[in-house]
Amino acid sequence: MLSKKQARAFFLGGTVVTFLIFIGLTVYSFSKPQDQSNYENITESVVRGKKLWESNNCMGCHTILGEGAYYAPELTKVIERRGVGYIRAVLMTPVDWEPNGRKMVAYGFSKEEADDLIAFFDWIDDVDLNGFETVVSPLAKDKN
Amino acid sequence: MKYKSQKVAYWFFALSMLLFGLQIVYGFIMGFAHAGFDGLHDVIPFNTARAVHTNLLVVWLLSGFMGAAYYIIPEEAQRELVSVKLAYVQLISLAVVGVVAIVGYHFNYWEGRKFLEIPRPLDYLVVANVLLFLGLILTTLYKGKRRTTTALVLTMGLVFAALLYLPGMLPFDSQVMDSFFRWWVVHLWVEGVWELIMGGILSFLLIKLTGVDREVIEKWLYVIVGLTFLSGVLGTGHHYYYIGVNKIWLIVGGIFSALEPLAFLAMALFAVNMYRKGEKKHPNKLALYWTLGAAIVSFIGAGLLGFAHTLPQTNLYTHGTLVTAMHGHLAFWGAYAMIVLAIISYSLPNITGRKLYQSTRGRMAFWMSNIGIIGMTVAFGVAGVVQVYLERKLKMEFMDVQKEIEIHFVVLIICATLFFLGIILYMIDFYKHGRPTDEALEAAATE
Repeated sequence: MLSKKQARAFFLGGTVVTFLIFIGLTVYSFSKPQDQSNYENITESVVRGKKLWESNNCMGCHTILGEGAYYAPELTKVIERRGVGYIRAVLMTPVDWEPNGRKMVAYGFSKEEADDLIAFFDWIDDVDLNGFETVVSPLAKDKN
Repeated sequence: MKYKSQKVAYWFFALSMLLFGLQIVYGFIMGFAHAGFDGLHDVIPFNTARAVHTNLLVVWLLSGFMGAAYYIIPEEAQRELVSVKLAYVQLISLAVVGVVAIVGYHFNYWEGRKFLEIPRPLDYLVVANVLLFLGLILTTLYKGKRRTTTALVLTMGLVFAALLYLPGMLPFDSQVMDSFFRWWVVHLWVEGVWELIMGGILSFLLIKLTGVDREVIEKWLYVIVGLTFLSGVLGTGHHYYYIGVNKIWLIVGGIFSALEPLAFLAMALFAVNMYRKGEKKHPNKLALYWTLGAAIVSFIGAGLLGFAHTLPQTNLYTHGTLVTAMHGHLAFWGAYAMIVLAIISYSLPNITGRKLYQSTRGRMAFWMSNIGIIGMTVAFGVAGVVQVYLERKLKMEFMDVQKEIEIHFVVLIICATLFFLGIILYMIDFYKHGRPTDEALEAAATE
């Protein structure tokens, strides 16, 4: 029968081994040949867009890369779905955007800010998502 | 209660109760908005309600864990806390940081990263607060007469939880990396080190309530937390399937996530078996309800419902839909909310000296809240599955689908009302116990 000492060894040993494998896989995922996160194409505008994305908690309603809240549409591949003009209008409008009655806060971004957010969405669109893009992109949907 | 300093736990539990109530109110705001009634949009838009709802959850659970530690550690270490005054300082600073963050969310003062919305300057205060807490617990343990496995597992969970907060503070330019390391905090908390905390509290409660030999309970505690880490650490991979990292995570995450329910199953079997084995019939049946309930509901909510959408083939379609909310609600309730309510139910009569554990109100609180949240889970599940099919299979527009599923949020609100009534009864019970007294200590000494 298992003793307490053996049980402790199982816990500590298992934990150390899995953590080491986990860290190893993390390093592997972001190593140059394996990296698929579109890192090299991050521009200053993308970074500014990401900051705006965070400072306004867009993830509190929308999802991006499938992450966030489920109150407003997924924004991965949004440029493909809506086009830049539509997105800019939503971001810059001084009154609440109300598609089908569900309101979005009127952020009233400047044109520069809207362009930074669009650059951020554009950058997201080129990340390799292991097939998730086929689920959220209309162009890929047609191929299904 | 054997030590006067354990009384400090009461105030952490009281803070928990208050914040829990508020969390549910913000949940209602979101539920109504989903059902098409967003009358508060101008004052509390959805993203504010959402940040407040999830952050209050984290803060009240942490406050509950801290209260649990302040109650359990002196009893396990067989000595008073090293400083009660500093424990109160820690309590007040925790409440202040929590309230400032929550108020800030109403004024666009946040860092919009799911679950980690607390802005950077406040993060440093959180770190200082947690360091003070850990300092008090570790010193008490170090100076104590004995170091039990239960105390060590609980403390290890608290220390790791603090350490794992740090990757969430790293700044990244890439959304992919940001997301990747955010899960180091969120996943490794809830499906890793928080389970050590849960396991520690569960073990303490089982020792007290069933009378089964400590050595037996603690041996199985090691096995269960071992299984948790073995599956949970690499199980983090299920968050990495579709966020822009290597396909290796589809395999690793898929396999280890499938093992995660086993850890929860082991925990449920462990709790039920210890109860059956126990010779002691502790009169506090309510605490026993909550303890066994936590072990069983966490298996269903975290284990089974988690597994329902962590296979990569399923997750491709359910990723980023209401299916996640279905799993999230029952998992947090079963694993963490119920274990905090269990330790409160156990310790409150001991701290206050008022043994109200025969009350119908207490039993009603247990059943109403549990039936309510199971109904909520079903409502989220139906809404989520319909969303997946209409939006991702039949390619309907997001908002057209949202209109179709509004009715499920009406059902959700009805079930949430039942849930809230249960929690209100629990709070009334908490209030009726009155304040902590030293007489409770004397009564315990004469028992």
